Amino acid sequence: MSGLKTSMTEGERKTALEMVQAAGTDRHCVTFVLHEEDHTLGNSLRYMIMKNPEVEFCGYTTTHPSESKINLRIQTRGALPAVELFQRGLNELMNVCQHVLDTFEASVKDYKDQKASRNESAF
Amino acid sequence: MAAAQAVEEMRSRVVLGEFGVRNVHTTDFPGNYSGYDDAWDQDRFEKNFRVDVVHMDENSLEFDMVGIDAAIANAFRRILLAEVPTMAVEKVLVYNNTSIVQDEILAHRLGLIPIHADPRLFEYRNQGDEEGTEIDTLQFRLQVRCTRNPHAAKDSSDPNELYVNHKVYTRHMTWVPLGNQADLFPEGIIRPVHDDILIAQLRPGQEIDLLMHCVKGIGKDHAKFSPVATASYRLLPDITLLEPVEGEAAEELRRCFSPGVIEVQEVQGKKVARVANPRLDTFSREIFRNEKLKKVVRLARVRDHYIFSVESTGVLPPDVLVSEAIKVLMGKCRRFLDELDAVQMD
Repeated sequence: MSGLKTSMTEGERKTALEMVQAAGTDRHCVTFVLHEEDHTLGNSLRYMIMKNPEVEFCGYTTTHPSESKINLRIQTRGALPAVELFQRGLNELMNVCQHVLDTFEASVKDYKDQKASRNESAF
Repeated sequence: MAAAQAVEEMRSRVVLGEFGVRNVHTTDFPGNYSGYDDAWDQDRFEKNFRVDVVHMDENSLEFDMVGIDAAIANAFRRILLAEVPTMAVEKVLVYNNTSIVQDEILAHRLGLIPIHADPRLFEYRNQGDEEGTEIDTLQFRLQVRCTRNPHAAKDSSDPNELYVNHKVYTRHMTWVPLGNQADLFPEGIIRPVHDDILIAQLRPGQEIDLLMHCVKGIGKDHAKFSPVATASYRLLPDITLLEPVEGEAAEELRRCFSPGVIEVQEVQGKKVARVANPRLDTFSREIFRNEKLKKVVRLARVRDHYIFSVESTGVLPPDVLVSEAIKVLMGKCRRFLDELDAVQMD
C-alpha cells in the first residue's frame, strides 16, 4: 500500500509521528504511526477520539512487541480531515489531565490541612 | 422499567458472574445507546469527577478517582510504574574488588539501591556522553576493607565479634559532589534512601573499592528506575442483595464475605443481613460455593470508581509521584501536538 507519507524523522530525533494514507482515499481515513509509544497513550487517546460523534472508526494496535510503535487509525463519518480529529483528541486528553491534576492536588492539600488541624486539636 | 435498569447496569457495572465476568469493556460511546448523549463533554466530566484521598503517609497513598474511564486510569498506573524518572546507579568503576561477590553481581545490586535525589533537579545524560557532568550525574564512593578484630575473645565464633567491617551496608556509601553540587545540595540530602541495605559480606583481607555514577532514567529502560514499590488500582465493589436474607442464612451470608462487608442486625426479633461496607471486600467468591445464597447476591464492580494504591520507594513522596505521572501524560500529548503543528507549518 503506497501513499502519501509525511515523515518528520530527523537523524537524531528519537520520536516521530507519521501519517500513512492509502492511495485513492481522501483525507478522512488516515493511519497515524506514533513512534516510541505504547498502550499508555494509545488506549487513552483512542478513548478520547471515540467519544467524538464524528468518528466512524478509531482503533490502535502495537505492530510487534519488539518494535515500540503503534498504528492508530481514524476514519471520520463526514468530510472532516482525520488530522483534525487527532488533534482534537490530543487537546481533550490534555484538558482531562489538567483537570485531574488540579483536582488531585486540591484533594491532597485538603487532606493535609485536615490532618494538621486534627493534630492541633489533639493537643 | 426492567430494560432501563438493565441498560444502566450494562453501562455502569462490571458484573462478576459465577463462571465469568460480564460487561467488561467500556461501551458508552456516541451512537451505541439510543436516548443517551455520550459525546465527550468537558463540563459534564468536570462535574462528575472527584478525587478523595483516603490515607496518606510519607511512603504510601490510597486515593479514589471517581468518574474517569479505565483507559485513562490505566495510563496513569502504567506511567507510575514505568515512565516517571528517578536517579539510580548506572556505571560502577571498580578499582578493587577482592570480595567473594563478583563485579557484575555487585554492580547489579548497587543499581537496585534507591537513591534519595530529586530527579526533577537533574537532566538526562546525552547519548554518547561517557564522562557525565554535574547536571546529569551523581557520584558515590564505596570503600570498605574487612580486618580481623584484635580484641575478640579467643574462642568466639560470632562474626560480629571476630571481624571488623564484615558487612557492607549502604551507609558505607559516601557522596562525592561534582562541580557545584556541594553548593546546590545541603549536607545529607543526597544519599541512599535506606542506610541498612546489605550490599555484600566480607572476610579479613577482602576489600571493596569502587566509584558509582548515578544517572536519570525511567522504568521502561530498567526496573531499577521505577519510583514506586508498586502502584495498582482496583474497582469499587458493589454488592446487592436481590432478596431479603434473614435468620441463619444471614449469618451464613456474613461468613461468605470479608469481615465488615455484611452486617447482621436484629429487626423485630429476626436477624436481617445488610450490606454495610462493600469497599472492604476482596471478592473471594465464596458466595458461589453456597447453593442457596448464590442466587440472592449480585456481585459487581462500579466501572468508573478506581481505588488507587501507590507505594513509593522513598525517592519522592507518593502524591508528588502521582502529579508527575499526570504531567508525563500531558507531556506526551503536547509532544504530538507540537509535531502536528510543525507539519502543518510546512
